[in-house]
Amino acid sequence: MNMHQYRPSGPLARYLTIFMHYLAQYAKIKMAYRWDFFVHIFTEFLQQSVSLIFILIIFSKVPAIQGWTRDQVLFIYGFFLVPFGIYSGFFNHLFDVPEKYVLQGEFDRILLRPINAWYQVVVETMKPELLVSMIVGIIIMIYSGSNMNLVPVWWDIPLAVILVIGAALVYAGVYTFLASLGFWSEGNLGLMPMVYNLSQYGRYPMTIYRGPVRFMLTWILPFAFVGFYPATILMHRYEYLGYALLTPVVGIVCFVIAYRVWAAGIRRYRGTGS
Amino acid sequence: MFNRLLLYLELVRMEFVNNLAYRSFYFTGILNYSIQIGAYFFLWDAVYVGNRVIGGLDREAMITYVIIAWVVRSFYFSNLDRRVGTDIRDGKIALELIRPYSYQMVKYARSFGEAAFRMFFFAFPAGAAIYLIRPFTLPVGWDSVAMFVAAVLGAFVINAQISMIAGFAVFFTKSPTGVYKAKRVIMDLLSGLLLPISFYPGWAREIIQLLPFQAVSYLPNMIYLGKIRGAAAFEVLLLQVFWIAVLGFLAHLFWRFAVKHVVIQGG
Repeated sequence: MNMHQYRPSGPLARYLTIFMHYLAQYAKIKMAYRWDFFVHIFTEFLQQSVSLIFILIIFSKVPAIQGWTRDQVLFIYGFFLVPFGIYSGFFNHLFDVPEKYVLQGEFDRILLRPINAWYQVVVETMKPELLVSMIVGIIIMIYSGSNMNLVPVWWDIPLAVILVIGAALVYAGVYTFLASLGFWSEGNLGLMPMVYNLSQYGRYPMTIYRGPVRFMLTWILPFAFVGFYPATILMHRYEYLGYALLTPVVGIVCFVIAYRVWAAGIRRYRGTGS
Repeated sequence: MFNRLLLYLELVRMEFVNNLAYRSFYFTGILNYSIQIGAYFFLWDAVYVGNRVIGGLDREAMITYVIIAWVVRSFYFSNLDRRVGTDIRDGKIALELIRPYSYQMVKYARSFGEAAFRMFFFAFPAGAAIYLIRPFTLPVGWDSVAMFVAAVLGAFVINAQISMIAGFAVFFTKSPTGVYKAKRVIMDLLSGLLLPISFYPGWAREIIQLLPFQAVSYLPNMIYLGKIRGAAAFEVLLLQVFWIAVLGFLAHLFWRFAVKHVVIQGG
């Protein structure tokens, strides 16, 4: 082995180095299709703007929706976009697993390497430029927060980081679970767009939904934790404090369960046979 | 001429039968649309408190508007832009150029076959299922039904033409996915799928009225609701014919330009 070759020490450093290598490869691809790269960022902005226009137009007609003002709804949407950015950058393409990885046997290649399989799929399919949603979200939060005279306190930022990680883990968990189903069923079940549309429920106040829907969004597919619940605590409204503080717990539980299903799926995986 | 027509009709049939083989795929699609409609239902239900009328629509009209807008979308929606874009990107368009039929007409015919399939296996069952869960307003008279059906057909053609032009745009940008997404987002907003055009501020309405998009969703929906009737409904159909002519001409220009500047990538 070459003396000059960089050898990272711990597993974390190793995974980080691998990430940097993947990122470098990704950047090279993107720079070959530079125009495409900028168009992607632009359309992401466009999509976010349309959602924003939607909210703004509704509130140009009504002062509040069930007691939630324009700025409060904007703030929830702004927070929603931050974990959403992480999801679209890293976890969205877990939906490639059933078709591309399992059905076409790409997973053989993944399993041959001495790196965690889930990690490989995530870094292989990531689109880190979609993290721009986070910036849009933060801008919307600052704008709406200052409109409602929100006074920042010292714990806002560390809390926000924890809540965002929790919310991102909810996404990671749900999408890992859906991806794992590919190990049992043949091909894509077509569940991904459905779940995506359901995740969009998380960007409005839960109070607009009826009992069973709210229950499902809280306890079954916990998309209430990717937007509404954690956002309330950051705008210093404490009616949902219990739920809001549960966000990291829900995220961890969700991800751990999903990861176990994933691991069981891998044990089942037998390749395509050719 | 007659032979040509038979060819295109055969393509419509082929695409219909093709889709029949994948019909289970559409069951999840129906559920998917229901979730989408559900999101808007809850939102509008919360927005409309008391006997509020917004943009000329009361609560019932608004909820019906959203349901009809999405159900009709399940009919006219197609991947035409993606198919044309892929033909261009893969260079298949060169092969299409030597064939003895109109490239665009073939694409439209296939899209129509798919749309007909979607109507029977997607739009109708979805509409019926939603009606069972949450009854919505039915058209007020047979004249509205007839005009609505005609307007929806017009909506299909206009949407297909816009998709065709978006597909051709791949020639110029070489960023297919970006073009498709931008088209979809712009259509959602300006066609009236997300919000009735009457909700927009005056200046925005004036701009949107000069564009073809509102003829895809907003105007047909208003005919369904009986907000546009009689001579006004007839004017909507004329407006659609006008846009079909303009967009057809535009698509033709794009096609001519694209053929002249064809760059076969790779291969």
